Amino acid sequence: MINKKVRNVAAALKGVKDGMSLMLGGFGLCGIPENSIGALVEIGVKNLTCISNNAGIDNFGLGLLLQKKQIKKMIASYVGENAEFERQMLSGELEVELTPQGTLTERCRAAQAGIPAFYTPAGCGTEVVEGKETRRFNGKMHVLETAYEADFSIVKAWKGDEAGNLIFKGTARNFNPAMCGAGKITIAEVEELVPVGTLDPNQIHIPGIFVNRIFQGTKFEKRIEQRTIRLN
Amino acid sequence: MALDKNTIAKRIAKELKDGFYVNLGIGIPTLVANHVPPEIAIEFQSENGVLGIGPFPFEGDEDADLINAGKQTITTMPGASFFDSSMSFSMIRGKHIDLTVLGAMEVAENGDIANWKIPGKLVKGMGGAMDLVASAQNIIVAMMQVNKRGESKLLKKCSLPLTGIKCVKKIVTELGVYEIIAEGFLLVEYAPGVSVERIKNATEGNLIISNGLKEMNFS
Repeated sequence: MINKKVRNVAAALKGVKDGMSLMLGGFGLCGIPENSIGALVEIGVKNLTCISNNAGIDNFGLGLLLQKKQIKKMIASYVGENAEFERQMLSGELEVELTPQGTLTERCRAAQAGIPAFYTPAGCGTEVVEGKETRRFNGKMHVLETAYEADFSIVKAWKGDEAGNLIFKGTARNFNPAMCGAGKITIAEVEELVPVGTLDPNQIHIPGIFVNRIFQGTKFEKRIEQRTIRLN
Repeated sequence: MALDKNTIAKRIAKELKDGFYVNLGIGIPTLVANHVPPEIAIEFQSENGVLGIGPFPFEGDEDADLINAGKQTITTMPGASFFDSSMSFSMIRGKHIDLTVLGAMEVAENGDIANWKIPGKLVKGMGGAMDLVASAQNIIVAMMQVNKRGESKLLKKCSLPLTGIKCVKKIVTELGVYEIIAEGFLLVEYAPGVSVERIKNATEGNLIISNGLKEMNFS
């Protein structure tokens, strides 16, 4: 067994430095690597480029890094829930690149799979493809999108074993699988880290080959952004 | 009388067919799920990675790991499945979704849609909308036909930055149901009590009145 276990979040984040690019899993606040984000705030690394579908809210998720002005550039598909983000974007302190959601995940997956670029129809005819190479297939325009390059991928899973195998839960899966192995080093934080042999190989979502470091988070708040209930 | 948002959703639900996989956008489209006829089987997809969405949970049953693309807590139906974002957009880009219902700020008579950005105002992002409109075969727009200033949102040409081009097939508003044809907006149904004159005044783009024009029917 190749052991990927590290003792804590600090050991997992070793080597994260100013100016690096990070892919971070999650959709809204669902399935975000919250222990790692908390530790990045403490370490205080700056000038980060963050690739993540959203940018958290003011006091949670990537919003915590924004509060400390640790993010230089944000690549996301939707950033609507964050006042500090708005302020930094409008003042020009924060560079923002908005990209269609399916393109964002596929650019991660392409990096994972060793595909340098791919064509997609998303965004054709709109301002997001301006300056990009386009090509017609079967009578329809497509745009060439490249794989993202990132120094670290930081993902969150439900269960993992010491070999780095991961299982996700519910819609907390989202962008996490596509980011595994897409950055130069992949860090997985899990709610429950178990010995090898405990997880059924049939149920593994991401094989450990895509994960370099794994640790069990000490605390998962798992905040809900839009608590919605039915009354009857 | 013009329809309210819930009744627009009710009319769109009539477009659902047995066996459809459906992606609903945020806003009026979400309400369509409340009006599925009991005799047909539909599965709702949400692009954050779930197929087979059920109703909102009862209080106390909310699960932070189970949300829709609007970040609302949800439940799942028997037969539901979870998957990652790349597979979710394989369903969308690969044309496996039978119907997409989404809101819009503007629709043009050639089927162009604008729903993600207002220049000079804060940009929140396109989310999955550009992927959806670029690939969906069957797009219905659910929207109010006039904006708060009383201006038509069915236009000759969109004034806002586009989300997608020549993709909308049908529009349901508080005033009527329209199909996009080569000449423009084909009015096929009017809301009960709404005059064609009122609809003409609320449509800036080219409006064609269908020979088979009829009142909307919700049953």
